Amino acid sequence: MDISNYIYLSAILFVIGAIGVVVRRNAIVVFMCVELMLNAANLAFVTFSRINGDLGGQIASFFTMVVAACEVVVGLAIIVTMYRSRRSASVDDASLLQR
Amino acid sequence: MFNMALQVGSTQRPEAVLFWVMAPMAVLAALGMLLVKKAVHSALLLAWVMITLAIFYIAEDALFLGIVQVVVYTGAVMMLFLFILMLVGVDSSDSLVENIKGQRPASILAALGLAGLLLSLISRAVTHVDSVGLAAANTAGNVQGIAQELFTRYVWAFEVISALLITAALGAMVLAHSERKHSSQRQLSVDRFRQDSLAQTAGLPASGVYARHNAVDVPALLPDGSAAPTSISPTLQARGDIIESAPFELAPTVEEEN
Repeated sequence: MDISNYIYLSAILFVIGAIGVVVRRNAIVVFMCVELMLNAANLAFVTFSRINGDLGGQIASFFTMVVAACEVVVGLAIIVTMYRSRRSASVDDASLLQR
Repeated sequence: MFNMALQVGSTQRPEAVLFWVMAPMAVLAALGMLLVKKAVHSALLLAWVMITLAIFYIAEDALFLGIVQVVVYTGAVMMLFLFILMLVGVDSSDSLVENIKGQRPASILAALGLAGLLLSLISRAVTHVDSVGLAAANTAGNVQGIAQELFTRYVWAFEVISALLITAALGAMVLAHSERKHSSQRQLSVDRFRQDSLAQTAGLPASGVYARHNAVDVPALLPDGSAAPTSISPTLQARGDIIESAPFELAPTVEEEN
């Protein structure tokens, strides 16, 4: 099996995540799609690390995981705050700047 | 277990079988995440994708990252997602009304364009590239190798990341903390009758009621014999229409005289 298959898989997962971010309306699902994109990038990092025989890619992936964890914590807190003020977790309802 | 994980990575055929079994499942789960209506189902499918990726990491000689992926992502992050889903409400499903006309087809078209771009670039860049493999880098073990890199070359980034984690925790606390704006019925009634202390739980003392006089302008007596100012209406107090209560007290009893 060619090792680039992992990279293809990573690209496909990334694109699926990107579609989800744009198409879905529920803020939590949008957020999960962002997580999917980050995971896809991690898979690419790990594969590149294997291709190059260097652990730097795995380190980058590790840092991505930590940053993703921070991002989830803050993002979910924002979603909870949004839900408190608007009683809805839909990204369409947070439209005060539109008017 | 460690050796087995490394063997899976080093031999080609088992890894290919693993890949062609797991990768379509991961893609299907990711697609399902887009298509299912309920957010909880999306979360479960995403957890599956993450477990699949963890297996891929282990197969790719990244044992440490595979374990961290399971612990951090499927363990912590997805649990956090489910908690928030529970808080926000499970049936907050998507509205199907399109606010921007033609947004969905346009975005899918753009995503397909992105997919084409990425895949064509990847096919030019990495197909038939010969991989070095991590056997040399992992000679002391994958965890040891990562620790070596993390605490030498990347130690500054590691320290900065700790600051980021603390900031994120504080930020989440600030964002999620809420002062209670409306007090409960119970709190309201307690506030009304008790105020700060229990001294007046039973209400204010009545004005003086004596055998020889009975009027609102005579203060009651406290247990120590002094007049109780709170027993008289503040209006009367302001006007100064207060009569001394001492003359109306009963004479001291005989026992006390003796």
